[in-house]
Amino acid sequence: MYDAGKIILGILIFLILATSPFWFSKATGQADYLPDPIILTKDTPGKDLCVMPTEYMRSSHMELLNDWRNSVVRDGIRKFTSPDGKEYKKSLSNTCMDCHSNKTDFCDKCHNFMAVEEQNCWSCHVEPKEEL
Amino acid sequence: MGIDRRKFLTIAGLTTITTLGKKVIGNPSGGDEVVETGSKAVKRWAMAIDMKKCRQHEGCVECTRICHKIHNVPDIGNSKEEVKWIWKEDFEAAFPNQHHDLLEKEVNENSVVVLCNHCDNPPCVKVCPTKSTWKREEDGIVMMDMHRCIGCRYCIAGCPYGSRSFNWRDPRPFIEEVNPEYPTRTKGVVEKCNFCAERLADGLLPACVEICPEKALVFGNVNDPESEIRLILKSRHSIRRKPVLGTNPQIYYLV
Repeated sequence: MYDAGKIILGILIFLILATSPFWFSKATGQADYLPDPIILTKDTPGKDLCVMPTEYMRSSHMELLNDWRNSVVRDGIRKFTSPDGKEYKKSLSNTCMDCHSNKTDFCDKCHNFMAVEEQNCWSCHVEPKEEL
Repeated sequence: MGIDRRKFLTIAGLTTITTLGKKVIGNPSGGDEVVETGSKAVKRWAMAIDMKKCRQHEGCVECTRICHKIHNVPDIGNSKEEVKWIWKEDFEAAFPNQHHDLLEKEVNENSVVVLCNHCDNPPCVKVCPTKSTWKREEDGIVMMDMHRCIGCRYCIAGCPYGSRSFNWRDPRPFIEEVNPEYPTRTKGVVEKCNFCAERLADGLLPACVEICPEKALVFGNVNDPESEIRLILKSRHSIRRKPVLGTNPQIYYLV
């Protein structure tokens, strides 16, 4: 092989350059970034728990919201009973956001990270006013 | 030889008409059909508007004000794009079939409160391609699901009462004070009166009924013969908007 040294060097440089984004983000710690939404809870007793267990909410809140939406609008079922027997009004603006009043630090943090388009919830549903 | 083209088309056409005819045309006597009193368990919300009482307060728009306030109805300030749920209309415009030049002055010159008629046979529901508007079986309210509305505006064309408005632009900047308890709408959807379904669910009367200073609006279940609205309809003469169209409107006007 002619110019073996140059070719191997070239291939090496190419490989380093091509994989540089991975090295770079690893070196700066960006690869390990995970969004940490700030979960607010109400101090009022009884309101310190969510409508469903945290694990369920983490994985399936979108299904719950979809279900709430359809059952309220289409079937007129506006009450939700949580596993611990408490009754809640099925309402994004009035129930969910009553505790989780920090949309930017709660919804947006993960949704932006995952590039989730929230089906434009907030173009109609009113978000709580946040102090910036 | 078999049938020719002309014969085939004739037979096909006749078959279609006879099988679908009733569905397409609807009940020819639909307009005069009295509310079904089949099961008392099934509610049928309706409203009676006492035009005499309403006239007492000249220029009163309390019902419009409170309704538009709690439902975040924008005030665009432009009649081509206006959005309305309940408003006042000239008698002639509201009752074109019942109007004549020699009508009593008070009737002729005063406006009438109009809103969605929550028809028993709603044309808007028939034309909606996405089922985003439908009649609730349990209480007769003609509901809307804004999540499904694609803004085709067939329902606006279908409604003979002009009860539906289209959001030509984002309504948010035109809402003076947003009520956080009720959603706003977004650009590109149709909206109308929902008979305060959200208040009824909490056991409250519609906001317009509650606020009327003359108590001119009576709301109730017309399937219950003992209800206030049934008693008032029994004792007073009432008319409805464009009943000949067969929509069976459920807003009754007490003359």
